[in-house]
Amino acid sequence: MGSEGGDGYGLEPCSPPKVLPNRPLPGVEETAGMNPLMRGMASSLGSKLVVALTGAGLIGFVIAHMAGNLQMFIGQDAVNAYAAQLKSMPELLWVMRIGLIGVAAAHVVTAVRLAASNKAARPVAYHAAGSIQQTTSARTMVLTGLLVLAFVVYHLAHFTWGLVHADAFSLVDAQGRHDVFSMTVLGFQQPIVAGAYLLAMLLLALHLLHGAASLFQTWGVTNQAWAPLFKTAAKGLAWVILIGNASMPIAVQLGLIVPPAGVGS
Amino acid sequence: MKLNLRIWRQKNAEDGGRMDNYELEDISADASFLEMLDVLNESLIERSEEPVAFDHDCREGICGTCSLVINGVPHGPRRATTTCQLHMREFKDGDTITIEPFRAAAFPVLRDLCVDRGAFDRILQQGGFVSVNTGGAQDANALPIAKVEADTAFDAAACIGCGACVAACPNAAAMLFVAAKVGHLAHLPQGEPEREQRVVSMVHAMDEEGFGSCRNYYECEAACPKEISVDFIAEMNRGYRQSVSKGVSA
Repeated sequence: MGSEGGDGYGLEPCSPPKVLPNRPLPGVEETAGMNPLMRGMASSLGSKLVVALTGAGLIGFVIAHMAGNLQMFIGQDAVNAYAAQLKSMPELLWVMRIGLIGVAAAHVVTAVRLAASNKAARPVAYHAAGSIQQTTSARTMVLTGLLVLAFVVYHLAHFTWGLVHADAFSLVDAQGRHDVFSMTVLGFQQPIVAGAYLLAMLLLALHLLHGAASLFQTWGVTNQAWAPLFKTAAKGLAWVILIGNASMPIAVQLGLIVPPAGVGS
Repeated sequence: MKLNLRIWRQKNAEDGGRMDNYELEDISADASFLEMLDVLNESLIERSEEPVAFDHDCREGICGTCSLVINGVPHGPRRATTTCQLHMREFKDGDTITIEPFRAAAFPVLRDLCVDRGAFDRILQQGGFVSVNTGGAQDANALPIAKVEADTAFDAAACIGCGACVAACPNAAAMLFVAAKVGHLAHLPQGEPEREQRVVSMVHAMDEEGFGSCRNYYECEAACPKEISVDFIAEMNRGYRQSVSKGVSA
């Protein structure tokens, strides 16, 4: 039962508490004299704009990356020629790579910084958990984002750096080109590797389901008329990315894409 | 009705606080939620126990003073309804009801279910002034305002500043409140001269108070007793982006 009157609960007046400053976002004194644009970018809204804009850029990359990779269905020559063509333009390739790393780093670092400030904004949780209309996709953005990041590191170690499954990395085709096709097929023939790629694409699709629609709200170019369209488009994008990318490990597992004669077992 | 209540009790801002259980009988289904708490407090006073402190004022759903997170939802289970306008018929006989204060670092608990929502006042102060012409009163309708703009401004102005949006937001963000306050002036010619400055100043004041940021969960909109639309958040995002890119600072 309730507390007794004698334990000091009593009639002392409510005095305003000392508010503990607990704000990972910059305060007025820290940003005085700062360039207004930089100050704006550092705010919660500005940080969200950074996440939305970089997210849009990363969506563009994911689409282009998938479109290039779908040449796996055309055959060994198409994929290896595509890879050789990219490698033949090192200046452009490196500009794209550095840009992509910058965009991805800004996306992740800003989102994690916001997540930390969000955690600080609700230091005491509710005893009764209740939610009305938030989606699983929205609730798990940080988790799915970090898991996709972990996958990207593995993916680079696999196909770009040749650090894991390295035996297939040194293959060359008849024209002496880096045999990307065989390397990919041999990788996806291992059920665990194929499974990891499928899981990662599910996580990415879940991430995009919220992110691809949410960025229009953050950019401030939506309203009740447009929101359902953006939501449908984001759902469509998530499915396209999921089906498009997952089709490759699935096709290899089903034996629809096989390594060229003389490669593998 | 017979009810089991789990209520957050906290002596003062420094106290750690805890959940206490109370049993209540013979509550009318026609009683409002706050009347039910009045009955509880009467019984506590009769037993020489400390009554539960909670905020309330008009009890007509228009002042924004009442609060409470009821079973995890600000202002309880009924949509578009403040706690004072919530009636016990929304619950079943024998229900266990969990009652907690609005939770946010920017809304420190003062006692039991009362929190300090002064952060909202400080954000409003940063909104500054609105230029108006002094002198003799203008003719009515001398200043034409499109109906759709007037209606939108009024939709935003319906915000009673209760803080349910903050309480509902998993990030304890104050975006819906600030967006409503920015939004209702942004649609009127009276607020136009200071529009760009206002949005930047109020957003920075919001960050200063330690509210979280928006992840577009839209829990705020669903919890808002005045059904303020998240469209105003999009509008504020756009206004802030455009003002900052013009070099406007707080």
